[in-house]
Amino acid sequence: MSKLGRRKFLVYGSTGLAASMLLKSCASTDTSTSGTDGSSNGGSDADGIKVGILHSLSGTMAISETTVVDAELLAIDEINAAGGVLGKQIIPIKEDGASDWPTFAEKATKLIDRDKVVTVFGCWTSASRKAVLPVFESKKHMLWYPVQYEGQECSNNIFYTGAAPNQQIEPAVDWLLENKGKDFFLVGSDYVFPRTANTIIKSQLAAKGGKTVGEDYIPLGDTEVTPIITKLKAALPKGGVIFNSLNGDSNVAFFKQMQGAGLNPDKYPVMSVSIAEEEVRQIGSQYLKGHYASWNYYQTVESPENDTFVKAFKAKYGEDRVTNDPMEAAYIMVYLWKQAVEAAGTTDLEAVRKAAVGQKLAAPGGLVTMQPNHHISKTVRIGEVRDDGLFDIVWATDGPLDPIPWNQYVAETKGYACDWSDPEKGGKYKT
Amino acid sequence: MSALIEGLFNGISIGSVLLIAALGLAIVFGLMGVINLAHGELIMLGAYTTFVVQNIFKPLGEPWFGLYIIVSIPAAFIVAAIAGLILEKSVIRLLYGRPLETLLATWGVSLILRQLVRSVNSLLAISIALFCLLFFGGLSLLKQRRSDWEVVRNQVIAILLPVSITISALVGNLMSGNFKLTRAWFSARNVDVSSPAWLRGGIRVSENFQIPYVRLFIIVLTIICLIGVYWFLNRSTWGLKIRAVTQNREMSSCLGIPTETVDALTFALGSGLAGVAGCAVSLLGSVGPNTGQNYIVDTFMVVVVGGVGNLLGAIIAALGIGTFNYLIGSGTLALMFSSSEQLAPFLSFISTSSMAKVMVFALIISFLQIRPAGLFPQKGRTAEL
Repeated sequence: MSKLGRRKFLVYGSTGLAASMLLKSCASTDTSTSGTDGSSNGGSDADGIKVGILHSLSGTMAISETTVVDAELLAIDEINAAGGVLGKQIIPIKEDGASDWPTFAEKATKLIDRDKVVTVFGCWTSASRKAVLPVFESKKHMLWYPVQYEGQECSNNIFYTGAAPNQQIEPAVDWLLENKGKDFFLVGSDYVFPRTANTIIKSQLAAKGGKTVGEDYIPLGDTEVTPIITKLKAALPKGGVIFNSLNGDSNVAFFKQMQGAGLNPDKYPVMSVSIAEEEVRQIGSQYLKGHYASWNYYQTVESPENDTFVKAFKAKYGEDRVTNDPMEAAYIMVYLWKQAVEAAGTTDLEAVRKAAVGQKLAAPGGLVTMQPNHHISKTVRIGEVRDDGLFDIVWATDGPLDPIPWNQYVAETKGYACDWSDPEKGGKYKT
Repeated sequence: MSALIEGLFNGISIGSVLLIAALGLAIVFGLMGVINLAHGELIMLGAYTTFVVQNIFKPLGEPWFGLYIIVSIPAAFIVAAIAGLILEKSVIRLLYGRPLETLLATWGVSLILRQLVRSVNSLLAISIALFCLLFFGGLSLLKQRRSDWEVVRNQVIAILLPVSITISALVGNLMSGNFKLTRAWFSARNVDVSSPAWLRGGIRVSENFQIPYVRLFIIVLTIICLIGVYWFLNRSTWGLKIRAVTQNREMSSCLGIPTETVDALTFALGSGLAGVAGCAVSLLGSVGPNTGQNYIVDTFMVVVVGGVGNLLGAIIAALGIGTFNYLIGSGTLALMFSSSEQLAPFLSFISTSSMAKVMVFALIISFLQIRPAGLFPQKGRTAEL
């Protein structure tokens, strides 16, 4: 017994001693790290400017949205390094919308009410934007939205730096009609953007002598596309144009299985509006080579602003990363917001809203201007996927194209426009 | 004729994807009665294993690179089986006969696994490995050395747990400055698995129909798995033991069958098959933390429709669901009845992919009203257990 007792004592004693030593060393490292943190921040927390970043960091949309977050953080870092806004550092507060639309609304409320941010950069899918729209409208707050979308919306509380349909979809359809054929099959994910986009395309085709031979929608995230491929072949036995507004994971399944079924780009060229450099990398360029995409910006755009942007991005996140259109739009919207705040001289929401209109910026994708309808004018380009996963720019507009949020091909919105600089006109008025 | 072959082939190929994904669950849920909501995540682990094996083979270049898929099948099986074994030993073992708790616990495990894939980096892996080494190593060491183990067990855990956590957290903290270690292995972004060159393209049957090699590969893989499982369960000694335990646990135990080992083995087998399914689906779609979520509902559907505890039922259910999904979604059904004025508008209305899903669900619900226990319900005394 005495032997056991001594052994017990030894075990307990030594583990106890070891534990206390470890705890002590742990505690000391903790205090030392917090000490260095405090000195490096220099107490700037107190007079920083808080902005919200609201994207899906998890779920099916994380594939795309995390890259936009990277671009926004890059812009914020650059601005902070150059002295911040109004002499204050920007403090980004990240929230995860989790690819779940009600979560977006919840997190938006949290950012505005609890964190008291002065603006929010966020959202990707139209469904998430529609979910947060009532929050921003009722609180009269401000959202900057970086992704191309279907239009048919013009909120005083949102600034849209992605393309309106006339800056992406319409030029793409025109280009296809001219170069690739008249018969169109429309494929999309089953939510608001593809459905509205396809309504626009159908009216445009009807007006310009094209033909919609079929359309189909896959639930977001679904990977079984065999039925669609059968339909596609039945509708376009001799080949034709496929207009693709699939979003997220379904794209991978779609292109992998298209190739398996023997549908090649020379006979069935696919024009995508949600596939950029980042997505090409994840799908694999061997499946996408020869297909097309329509955007305002590609990494291969040749301009000094773009060289700087690409270089800075790669330096921060690694040589193997690529830049794309939504990332560029996200990057420039932070700068546009900064310019608006500096022009207003305050972060007061109404003043910034007024000052934002008319802001010009030499963006990586060319000159952009914030218009009175809260969208920006920008250049449109069509690119063809090449072997290295980047795009060859095969066509571009001569200069920036003005945004038209209310679509002129759709009967319900024909003849309407949006102008927030004039209180008489507002979000939707008859021209 | 060509349309018929095409319809048949596509139905079978959709069904085979469902079947290979559901095969593991047919064993885990069907034979053991464990509602494993983490089954989808085991599929995902298999898909990620395929991705890792692909990257290992990449520097070798052709023709070796083309063989990665062959290597990744057993690798995915082993990884998923080990994950399943850990899951069984740590969670499921404690919850046999309590389906509701199992459901919640495995759902929690699925969340943990999804987040693990997103945030795993070398640092996290080292910390977890260190913790396991310290904690479980210490436990087993003391278990051997101490004769009064049962008495001091709780005290030892009470001491060892905080100590191991502290040490691993400390090590993690010390190394957190190293950028290479804190870089996520996979991150939340999806990764690409590109099929090897010999699986791209397909056999051209007619001008407009080509049988993709990938689909053929999956069908063959499914058949091989089916034959393997059938052989294992019905012809091998272990299969006999598994069947004995699932039919009457107490009696088997009395006759000297190590039921706990059999449980662990069965669960590992089911998980391993999920891993193989992951390898197959990585060829079709994308590989990401949520890959498993796309399949979990379908797999349960197959097992429930097929009748719990019945492989033949699962096969017929998978092929049936696949064929219906295809016929409705592709508009073939609408084409067949295009002459009928009453049916045609309705059928063309439902012939979109989203509506096809709804219709298949509706069909399954009405089917289960007629046969609540599925196609082939278990009969006899075992059914009452």
